[in-house]
Amino acid sequence: MSAPAPPRGTSPRGTSPHGTPTRVAVAALIRKDLRLELRTRESVPAMALFSLSTFVLFHFGLDARSLEGDLAAGVFWVTILFAAVLAVNRQFVAEREEGGFDGFLLAPVDRTALFLAKAAVLFCFLVALQVVAVPAFAILLLEPSPGPGLPELIGVLLLADAGIAIVGTLVGALAVQTRAREVIVPLLALPLMIPLVIAAARGTAPLWLEAGAEAVPGRWPLILGLYDLVFGLLAYAVFDYLLDE
Amino acid sequence: MTSAKFSRGLVPLSILSVALVVGGFAMVFFYAPNDADQGFVQKIFYLHVPLAIVALFGFVAGGVYGIRFLRSGDRLDDLRSYVAIHISLILAVGALITGSIWAKASWGHWWVWDEPTLVSFLIVFLLYACYQPLRFSIEDPERQTRYAAVFAIVGGAFVPLNFMAVRAAESFTHPRVLSTTGGSMPGSMRLTFLVCLAGMAVLYVTLNKYELTSKHATFTLRALKRRMAGDDDWVPVRRTAAPQL
Repeated sequence: MSAPAPPRGTSPRGTSPHGTPTRVAVAALIRKDLRLELRTRESVPAMALFSLSTFVLFHFGLDARSLEGDLAAGVFWVTILFAAVLAVNRQFVAEREEGGFDGFLLAPVDRTALFLAKAAVLFCFLVALQVVAVPAFAILLLEPSPGPGLPELIGVLLLADAGIAIVGTLVGALAVQTRAREVIVPLLALPLMIPLVIAAARGTAPLWLEAGAEAVPGRWPLILGLYDLVFGLLAYAVFDYLLDE
Repeated sequence: MTSAKFSRGLVPLSILSVALVVGGFAMVFFYAPNDADQGFVQKIFYLHVPLAIVALFGFVAGGVYGIRFLRSGDRLDDLRSYVAIHISLILAVGALITGSIWAKASWGHWWVWDEPTLVSFLIVFLLYACYQPLRFSIEDPERQTRYAAVFAIVGGAFVPLNFMAVRAAESFTHPRVLSTTGGSMPGSMRLTFLVCLAGMAVLYVTLNKYELTSKHATFTLRALKRRMAGDDDWVPVRRTAAPQL
C-alpha cells in the first residue's frame, strides 16, 4: 500500500515526495506536448498562417509597399502577439477535455512542473513561428534587410518570447476553466503584454531603419528582462492555485 | 457572525471623510492660488491626481488581499479584495474623465498619446475592467475566488511595472507632482493637494467599509432567512461576479 501523499508544501521545491525530480517531470511534459503538436499540428501551422495573412492585411490596411523603423516593428510585434493568443487559447484544451489535469494532479510531482513545461512549449512554438514569420516579414513588408542587426534581433526576440510564454501560460491556465475562454484570453493577455510590446517594438525599431541598423538602447532589453523576471517569479508562486483538487 | 466587524468606526470615518473632502475643496477654491500658466482649469488637478493615486493604491491593495486570501482561505479576504478593486475601478473612471478634461483644456486634445501617465493609467484600467467578467465567467464559487485572487495578485504586480515601461517609452509632458525633487509647487498648492489626497484616501476607505458592511449584512440576512425556512442546502441565488459568503 502506498503511503498517503504529504500535504502541499511539505516537500522542498525541486524534489517531490516520491522521488520524481521536477526536471524529469518537466521534460516528460514537454516531450508529451511537442509530440502532440508534431502529430496533430494544431498550433504552429495555424500561428504561421495567421501571421502571414496578417502581414497581407497590414499591406492593404496601411496601403504600404514596404515598412521600416517604428512602423515595421509595431506591425511585426502586434502580429506576433495575436498569433501567440491563438496558441494560448489551445494550450490547456487537451488537458481539460481529455482529463489531463486529473492525471497530472494524481502524479506525485511538483505542480509547478506543469507551468514550467507549458511555458517552455509555448516558447518553442513562438520560436518556431518566428523562424517562419521573420523571413516572411522581411520578404513581404520590410524595406531594409534584417541581416546586419540579426544577433541583436535574436536577443530581443528571445527575451520577448520568454515574457509572452510566461504571461500566456498564466492567462491560459486562468482562462481554461472559464465559460468564455476564447474571450477571456485576449482580454487579459493583451493589456498584460503592453509593457512587453512597448519594449520589444522599441528595441526592434532601430534594427530596421532604412538608413541601416543602429544600436539598441540598453533600457529595452533591460525592461524585457525585468518583465520576464517579475512575471516568471509571480507565475511560479501562484500557479499552484490554478490547478484544482 | 454579525456585520459589526465591518461597521465599526463607520460613523467617525464618514464624518472625517466629509470634513476632509469639503475642507479640501474649500481650500482649492479659496486658498490655493490660480496657476500662473494654466489659470483656473489647473484646479481640476486637486481632484484628478488624488483620484488616480488612490485608485492605483486600491488596485495594489486588492492584490495584497488576494495574497492574504490564498494564504488563509478566509472568504472575507476575497470579499475585501473584490470591494477594493471594485471601488478603485469607479475612481479610475473618474480619473480618466477628469484627466481627459484637463488634457483638453491645457493641451488642446481630449487624449494625448505621448503622455505616459495617462496612457499607463488607461492600460491598467483596461486590465482591471476584465476583473468582473473573469469572475462572472467562472461558475464554481470556490474556483471563482481562487482565480480572482490570482488575477488580483498579477494585476497588483503589473501596476508598477507597467508605469515603468510606459514612462521609459514616452516623452515627459505630464507634470511630475510627487517626484523626488517635489515638483515646482508653491507651499499653499502643496498643502491643498495633500489635504485633497488625504480626503480622497479617507473617502476610499469609507466607501470600502460601506460596501463591505452592506454586502456582509446581505449575506447574513440571507443566511438567517434560510435558517428560518429550515433550508440547509446552500444554493446560489444566481450566477454572480460578486463573492458569496
